[in-house]
Amino acid sequence: MTRFFRGLFTLKRGPWEMVATLLIAVGVFMLMQPFVMWAYTYSFIVTLVGTVMFIIVSHFAEQE
Amino acid sequence: MSDKTIDRVASATPARVARKVKGLSDRAIAWIFVGPTIFLLLAINIFPLIWTINLSFTNFKANRVNRAVEYIGLRNYERILTDGDIWLSMQATAHFLFWTLFFQVLLGFTLAWLINKKFRGNDMWTTIIVLPMMLSPAVVGNFWTFLYQPQIGLFNYVVSFFTGVDPSSFDMLGSVDLAPWSIVIVDTWMWTPFVMLICLAGLRSIPDYIYEAAEIDRASKLRQFFTITIPMVLPFLMLAVLFRGIENFKMFDLVVQLTGGGPGSVTEMASINLKREAFEKWRTGYSSAFAIILFVTVFGLASIYVKALNKVKER
Repeated sequence: MTRFFRGLFTLKRGPWEMVATLLIAVGVFMLMQPFVMWAYTYSFIVTLVGTVMFIIVSHFAEQE
Repeated sequence: MSDKTIDRVASATPARVARKVKGLSDRAIAWIFVGPTIFLLLAINIFPLIWTINLSFTNFKANRVNRAVEYIGLRNYERILTDGDIWLSMQATAHFLFWTLFFQVLLGFTLAWLINKKFRGNDMWTTIIVLPMMLSPAVVGNFWTFLYQPQIGLFNYVVSFFTGVDPSSFDMLGSVDLAPWSIVIVDTWMWTPFVMLICLAGLRSIPDYIYEAAEIDRASKLRQFFTITIPMVLPFLMLAVLFRGIENFKMFDLVVQLTGGGPGSVTEMASINLKREAFEKWRTGYSSAFAIILFVTVFGLASIYVKALNKVKER
């Protein structure tokens, strides 16, 4: 866990990619869930942020 | 002059051509080769994408090209993301996606596990199981429409044989409750072999010595399955899930052939809804925004797919 947060603070690829992946997965779930309309409404922005973040952080340096 | 093949080929080049190429640097020659591909990529992929993003901010209608086009900002996105019908089509897509992935993973892995056991006729069974995957979705859709016929369909008779229900008492494609399941069954039948092949590759990549070491440590077969087989096949399985997930998110042909989105709109997937908005209602700006939403979703999933693929490669 400490390693994960250290990776986030030092802008390392692995942890940031994990955050971006999580955002994409949450966004896709929000888009398709049948429970609440507001989650559907905000799904696109969550997926978009996750996807753009993924493209950016994939250029970060690898964690040792 | 050396006797290498490359030198012989170079000396065989007609003098006129050689003179023309001589003045060009390696970099220029590389650009000449790559140029047409880049041009096609820009013309066929990148330009339409940028144009679609541009259209998604307008009220453009492709059947009224002479009408003045107005920029309406994010209104198309706002409408789509608050539209109950599109939300329903997303839910229909989710139902299809979830159950097809569930059955395909379950059956695909089980089949791969069975095929991986050494037995007589192993290769023949693999070929037979893989056959549905090689058929065209149009053909599959057509013949499953016949199989689902309440009067003459084989599927209804098989269900009747096992359950005792009258075969003509239910219509798989015409019933609101059964139609979503009918497309799940067909897609599972068609694409389970694909998941099976990927799982089989994963199973065959596990070295025997790991199992031998586990045997020496007196690990039971069940323990070996959960601590060796499953973790080692998991990256491959994830790859299959993501690949099928992305494909099924865009599912169009099979559903159009089977139900056409009906009855009502219970099997109207996102891609069918998009086609209706774009080419039946001619709301080009609106459907462009819808296409961008789907594109970003698929692109996001594809990013995860690439990450999973790299993990498999690292192994």
